[in-house]
Amino acid sequence: MYMGFITVQDIVKEYSGTKALNNVSIDVEAGSIFGLLGPNGAGKTTLIRIINQILAPDSGKVLFNGEPISASHIGRIGYLPEERGLYKKMKVGEQVVYLAQLKGMSKSIATEKLKAWFQKFEIESWWDRNVDELSKGMQQKVQFIVTILHEPELLILDEPFSGFDPINANVIKQEILALKEKGLTIILSTHTMSSVEELCDSIALINKGNKILDGKVQDIKQKYSTNSYEIKCSGWFDTMASTLTHNYQIIEHQKEGNITTVTLKLLNEIPTNDLIRHFTNLGNVIAFKEILPSMNDIFIDVVGETNQQSQA
Amino acid sequence: MKKIKLIIQREYLTRVKKTSFFIMSILGPLLIAGIFIVPLWLQKIESEQVKNIAVIDESGILVTTLQSTENVVFTDMGKMTLDEAQKGFAKSEYYAVLFIPKNILNSTAVQVFSNRQPDFGLKQYIAKLIERDLETLKLLKSNVNPDLLKAVQTPIFVQTIKWTSDGKEVEVTMEMKTIIGTVASALIYIFIFFYGSQVMRGVVEEKVNRIVEIIISSVRPLQLMIGKIAGIMLVGLTQFALWIVITFSVVWMAQVTLFPEPAVPTIANQTATIDSKVMAQVQALGQDDYQYALDIFGSVSNVNWTLMIVCFLFFFVCGYLLYASMFAAIGSAVDSETDTQQFVLPITIPMVITLVMIQVILNNPDGSIAFWMSMIPFTSPIAMMARIPFGVPIWEVVLSSTILIVSIILMAKLAAKIYRTGILMYGKKITFRELAKWIRYSS
Repeated sequence: MYMGFITVQDIVKEYSGTKALNNVSIDVEAGSIFGLLGPNGAGKTTLIRIINQILAPDSGKVLFNGEPISASHIGRIGYLPEERGLYKKMKVGEQVVYLAQLKGMSKSIATEKLKAWFQKFEIESWWDRNVDELSKGMQQKVQFIVTILHEPELLILDEPFSGFDPINANVIKQEILALKEKGLTIILSTHTMSSVEELCDSIALINKGNKILDGKVQDIKQKYSTNSYEIKCSGWFDTMASTLTHNYQIIEHQKEGNITTVTLKLLNEIPTNDLIRHFTNLGNVIAFKEILPSMNDIFIDVVGETNQQSQA
Repeated sequence: MKKIKLIIQREYLTRVKKTSFFIMSILGPLLIAGIFIVPLWLQKIESEQVKNIAVIDESGILVTTLQSTENVVFTDMGKMTLDEAQKGFAKSEYYAVLFIPKNILNSTAVQVFSNRQPDFGLKQYIAKLIERDLETLKLLKSNVNPDLLKAVQTPIFVQTIKWTSDGKEVEVTMEMKTIIGTVASALIYIFIFFYGSQVMRGVVEEKVNRIVEIIISSVRPLQLMIGKIAGIMLVGLTQFALWIVITFSVVWMAQVTLFPEPAVPTIANQTATIDSKVMAQVQALGQDDYQYALDIFGSVSNVNWTLMIVCFLFFFVCGYLLYASMFAAIGSAVDSETDTQQFVLPITIPMVITLVMIQVILNNPDGSIAFWMSMIPFTSPIAMMARIPFGVPIWEVVLSSTILIVSIILMAKLAAKIYRTGILMYGKKITFRELAKWIRYSS
């Protein structure tokens, strides 16, 4: 079995009779971004809290780089919880230094690094202000800095983009990618499926305490591909409908000026070359691409399917 | 350990730096010192002032017998009428006009007129004088020799003296012990309640601000709870130390400036032989309230302040730890401060009951109510502080402390279990049954 940087094995966590997590296992490869997906109340936060040692599992274990996770790993993890805030009546600078010290940093190093980060995010002027004077987005930035300040090897981000405007969300996104470049392993829990596609290498989908899907994003997309293709052609295409007959199903057919765009689904296992050949007979093919389902579609499909199964 | 220290530091500094802490540190002692000083000071001013009383005696019986003293001077106005007196009063130097009606022997009322509110002491004094004089007159009328009556009157003064373990006789007036017991128990109640609820508010704040999860990803919930409770305890102790220092300085300064002569009887005087002491007290009995107040003030120095302070510190720390654990558990269970009410009420009832029962305890400091209340851990800190000035058998103190400490350990364990579940729980209606469930969760 492959050993990742973080390995979660057969975790079970029960709250007064209901299973928040039922034998969940995940494997997070070192240096990758791992998406933890699932509807509200699926058990994502419970799993994240178990990895952070905030909660203890009823059974199962978590391995950090091969070793059973323990208090000594706390300083190597950066955690941005979904429910996050700051002390309102405390100076920003004082507070971030305090939080960094709790992670085990010395006061002087923490101060020095924090000043650098504050400069980078252009919020130096906020150092001596009270937190309650900061906008929500500002507070989120401060929290993000606190999460990554102690240079953790593992970053766990629970809904990191909530509360950010698109510009700042992008700043954070770029920062996450930069951290991945540096070799950090990142677990990302989010509902924003577009960011999953942009950022994640692998995902696990959890629903009602059970893992229902996991793997590399590309593999999953292939697996759930519907054999659909988009073809762009220029030329005379009136005869298309009659010639396509029983092998294909046209999903969409658009014509803009001289350019025709067709989205279709292959009904039989025929090579795509045959499809292209068919079109080259009709006109000039400009573009041809496979249409993979979005993570959003897969999410809705898979979750909907399992919910139906459990009801049946 | 290092992390707990950091938490303690933050909890302590953020509170000590607040303006409200500074104000409390100044106001508290002034209030306490005021309780001791102001009545004395007022009486001193009163007694130094000479009051001229104009007397209009229509009966003509009493004006000759009214004796002037250093502070109160009676002047006979002769045949002046009340109307005339009223007209001339504003320009005169008289403090008041005493009007004695013609039929004074049959009635029981005299009248005092003044352009200000005549003080209570003067009213009492005049009543006492006229009473005495009329009594004498009536006795003479009935052919009873007033000297005979004086001879049979036997005032009894009961002096309470305590034999200390080292064989000394120390007298502290019961009044003083009662005052100190009341103040000490009220103070410990305020301290425990105030700082205990600070813990609760701190926990609620962390939960409402949603910072708690950030913190407990770095430290264990138990560390956070211990750090908070310890930090706020240090704030309380700092406050107490400031109060002690400031109170004693203010009292000392007041003594030096307001009562320059050694008006306060020394311990040597107090422990003088019983005979002379009784005599002195009997003589003092008829004297005015000023002397009485000075006596009480004097026995302040006979109170074992070191014992009082040590006991206060011990019972504050223990009582606080017990209640702070409960308050922390409550704070963790609720979503906002307004939700705390239903839980705070039941846990503060024992403290409030003790406070209500204080008079009973003070009246009989060795009685069974006093005893049992100082054994029950929820009431013992307050009950004990009320009893300490009267002296409590050492075995009772040891037993009470042991019960208290064991209870703290048990309570802290329960609280920690509720706390660690509660701080991560949002949007759930919490009941006592729910809390009991949390206690049973495995870690």
